[in-house]
Amino acid sequence: MASRLATLPTQQLDPFKGVKKVPLEEYFTSGHRTCQGCESALVMKLMVKAAGPRTIVLGSTGCMYVANTTYYSTSWVVPWMHTQLGSSGSAGLGTAAALRALMRKGKIKEEPINVIAFCGDGGGADMGLSAISAALTHTEYNFLILLYDNESYANTDIQLSGLTPYGAHTTFSPPGKAKRILHTRWKKNVAGMLAAGHPACRYVATVCASYAVEMMNRVRKALTIGGPTFIHSLDPCPKGWDYDPMLSHELGELAVECGIWPLYEVEDRKLKLYGRTRGIAEGRSKRRPVRDYLLRQGRFAHFTDDDIDYFQAKTDDMWETWIIPGVIPFGSDIVNEKAPV
Amino acid sequence: MARVVEKVPQAEAEKEELISGSEAIAVACKLADVDVITAYPIRPYDTVMQYVAKLVANGELDCEYIVAESEHSQFEIVKHASAAGARVFCGSSGVGWMYAFEALTVTPALRIPMVAMVGNRALDDPGAFGVEHNDALAVRDLGWMLVWVDNAQEALDTALVAYRVAEDRRVFLPCAIGCDGAFLTHSQSMVKVPARSLVDAFLPPYNRGDLLLHPDNPITVAPQVNEDWLMELRKHNDEAMKRAQTVIREAYADFEGIFRRAYGNPFFEEYQTGDAEVVLVGMGTLSMPVKVAIRQMRQQGIKVGFMRLRWFRPFPTEDLVKTLGRFQGIGVIDRDYSFGSPYFSGVVANEIRAALYNAPARPPLLSFICGLGGREVTVPNVREMTDLVRRAAAGEDVGATHWIGIRQ
Repeated sequence: MASRLATLPTQQLDPFKGVKKVPLEEYFTSGHRTCQGCESALVMKLMVKAAGPRTIVLGSTGCMYVANTTYYSTSWVVPWMHTQLGSSGSAGLGTAAALRALMRKGKIKEEPINVIAFCGDGGGADMGLSAISAALTHTEYNFLILLYDNESYANTDIQLSGLTPYGAHTTFSPPGKAKRILHTRWKKNVAGMLAAGHPACRYVATVCASYAVEMMNRVRKALTIGGPTFIHSLDPCPKGWDYDPMLSHELGELAVECGIWPLYEVEDRKLKLYGRTRGIAEGRSKRRPVRDYLLRQGRFAHFTDDDIDYFQAKTDDMWETWIIPGVIPFGSDIVNEKAPV
Repeated sequence: MARVVEKVPQAEAEKEELISGSEAIAVACKLADVDVITAYPIRPYDTVMQYVAKLVANGELDCEYIVAESEHSQFEIVKHASAAGARVFCGSSGVGWMYAFEALTVTPALRIPMVAMVGNRALDDPGAFGVEHNDALAVRDLGWMLVWVDNAQEALDTALVAYRVAEDRRVFLPCAIGCDGAFLTHSQSMVKVPARSLVDAFLPPYNRGDLLLHPDNPITVAPQVNEDWLMELRKHNDEAMKRAQTVIREAYADFEGIFRRAYGNPFFEEYQTGDAEVVLVGMGTLSMPVKVAIRQMRQQGIKVGFMRLRWFRPFPTEDLVKTLGRFQGIGVIDRDYSFGSPYFSGVVANEIRAALYNAPARPPLLSFICGLGGREVTVPNVREMTDLVRRAAAGEDVGATHWIGIRQ
């Protein structure tokens, strides 16, 4: 008798208790053609290692499509399918809907199968935002949307996206003689927006693969909790950020230590800061100056001291005036329980 | 290999219902036990989804029914559901169909046997709810099978045929059913609704086989191929579209055997063509005024017939050329436009003109642009077109293309 449960059961994926407990099996292996030092490729590898073999992965257009899946040399051990640039939400939703229908009707064997749809920052935060937002309201389906954020359209030659940081040099925002800074917009707060805007979504997290076990455990938690879930990963990109590939890991750590990339998870509407971010918030460790992060990257090489100060001021503002630092950018008046005027 | 229906079940009593073209296709979805359906509102196609929603709410249709946030997502969701083995249904109209265009391009390339209803509607701007065929015709080069229907019964039957053909492993291409906005989507007529057991005999379960996306079949779908392989893959689609012609014939033959309802030549309907000297050609619901006008003209001794094209893709070149070659003049009525095209003609006219180029007999062919934006194609319009075709057949140069029923 086919189950009539509202949502299919999920796989029980307990957290890896330390790096030595991480299995050796790889489901994203050789065959890909990503750049040396590509953190997004590492994210793919860790993501699917965390998920295990009974997983379907949908990948929207971007680096992790074009560089990862060349005909006849695919790096994916699990079933993988391309989806369009703005379609990660729809891909996860459609695949999960098919599994639910076919299992309920007894057309395929009933078992928990992980569905992960990934997108880059362009596919996720620009073009695909509407589909992701819609997908996160469909609580009857189990799938994870993972946004790998290398902060530009890196596959098409480093053009700025809605997640490119202020002032960064991209091929669509080169520093010039008349204008030093062509990209004057501030990075969107995607995870916070999705968590706040989709209260029925049971799990939203930010991760960074520099903290690999933490990152994998967040993938495992998202898949275990079920329903539609969302993870935003910040991925240093040697080509787009213009730095020596050996620095990828360090830059990920710096983004967190400078307070630019807060690590948090929202589980059943409860916010938890974790890792170094938690230490900063609780005053156990100090935020490093953003200068340490910015000056290691060629994309900020045109920054003057004023630019760096501005970047620092905006980061300070996030930590000092946001109602929840790094998560919810409303002002502190509300914290003081003054009625909105 | 042709699929052989081994045992035709005893014909059960068909139910007759007064339903619209849209409702007829929703009923077909129920009979076909569709697994995943996505909806997004746009007139006039959305009536099919309103009826689907009622069927789901009443427990008559067991499917995942998802209201998407755009047409692009609507078509992407079912595309992925189909890749994972689900039978799917979708649809749109006018600019909604165009909003989904990226998804529409990848669907045939991925060999997804989606069935979609296009409630044909004029494209914006300016706004118009009425029928034009340019929306569905926009995908004519991309690997979609395209079929136009004329009434609610044909809509139901063709939806079942569409699943049968699309999901045949020799084809695996999507199929869009063109239903003229308002004239068919919103017009009710008596429809024979077949019993589920007959549909089961006609329509085998969707089996995606070695293309199924599932952990038991860990394939990589649509990797980057570039110039190394793209041309070979395009050729696969070309071959599939060629094979579809055979599969369509088989499907209609089986349909007749199982449902006891015959459509003759699957690709087009002929009306009073036996002794006709000139013929009008068109798609969709304009057949009604054309047929009425033909009956009137025949009382005056004018020998004119009508050919209603059903399947536009695959285009029935051989049958059509053979049939049209025997007339003295041809008038193609397009409910569409193709600005800047050869002779500034309609899309269907130019397709037929091209098909006839290598034919032994090439009667004069006129293109008529008529009934745009849902404007009625009237009996006087049809008489005017017939008169022009007869003059061209007599050797007079009347010009290649005429806009009919337009204010001067």
